[in-house]
Amino acid sequence: MTPRQFLGHSLRVDSKPSFPLKHGVSQPRPSYAEIAARMAATAYIAGLKGEVIEAANGRARLRLPCGEHLIGNPETGVVHGGVITGCLDHCCGIAVASALRSPMPFATLDLRIDYMKAATPHVDLLFESECLKVTSEIAFARGLAYQAERDNPVAICTGTFMLIRGAPFPNLSDTGNG
Amino acid sequence: MADQEDGDRIARLLEAVPYCRHLGISGELQDVRVRLTMPFAPHLVGNPMLPALHGGVIGSLLESAAIAQVMFDLGPGSKPRPVDITVDYLRSGRAVTSYAQARIAKQGRRVVNVHAEMWQEDETKPIAALRGHFLITAPA
Repeated sequence: MTPRQFLGHSLRVDSKPSFPLKHGVSQPRPSYAEIAARMAATAYIAGLKGEVIEAANGRARLRLPCGEHLIGNPETGVVHGGVITGCLDHCCGIAVASALRSPMPFATLDLRIDYMKAATPHVDLLFESECLKVTSEIAFARGLAYQAERDNPVAICTGTFMLIRGAPFPNLSDTGNG
Repeated sequence: MADQEDGDRIARLLEAVPYCRHLGISGELQDVRVRLTMPFAPHLVGNPMLPALHGGVIGSLLESAAIAQVMFDLGPGSKPRPVDITVDYLRSGRAVTSYAQARIAKQGRRVVNVHAEMWQEDETKPIAALRGHFLITAPA
């Protein structure tokens, strides 16, 4: 089952060009590999040891290997809910970045997470997101977190992101996003 | 109502959570509210241009504040588990110390509704807010 079918929506990617720069030249669109590298380099995600495994056409996948530093309940070894929140936020952000016609900064407006079941301790987490719609101001995304079975997710999320069109976008070497 | 012993218990509880240690979260009692403190650290950054805290870090601090407050109000035996949370991002999180505090808006027998706020220099200017439901283990 693809994420599109799971979420029951067809993808709506960005149709509006970003504002031209000073000399009337739009910024070049970054490659998906660049987006993935940029988003994996974000300090928070790198600190959790998360890996971006897909970033293309408004879809993203992220893997988070299990680790001691992710645990929220020391008695059971279950990961902290904040880990899932953080990775879903980031995964949705990658999906949005890969749906934009030209690169631009954006910020999370709100994020809703439903925790469908407790994560199994000491098992890697996988995250999938897709950007459903990009308007002139806002991007909408959804995602899910799962372990062994994709159709039995640990959590699902809905997020909205505010786009900052026309803002300068830095080079790969000196940024990340979240 | 709150005393030194309660305050120490909260601090130990947070200290025992590996993910809270990873983020550098500590807690103390202010009257009957648990106040969490998270000093800025480079590994909390989501956008290095500003630099700004990652949205996930903000959500994590708010959720930790909610859980800590439920455990303080209802006892650690309540074992709060998140059912759903909604985080509203109001301002960007700057590279300074952050604070968060929560309150139980409605306590049911099995579910509590919790509101939490996070701020930095000015408590009257929250940078993010959380609303969430947590399942609790009813006292025997």
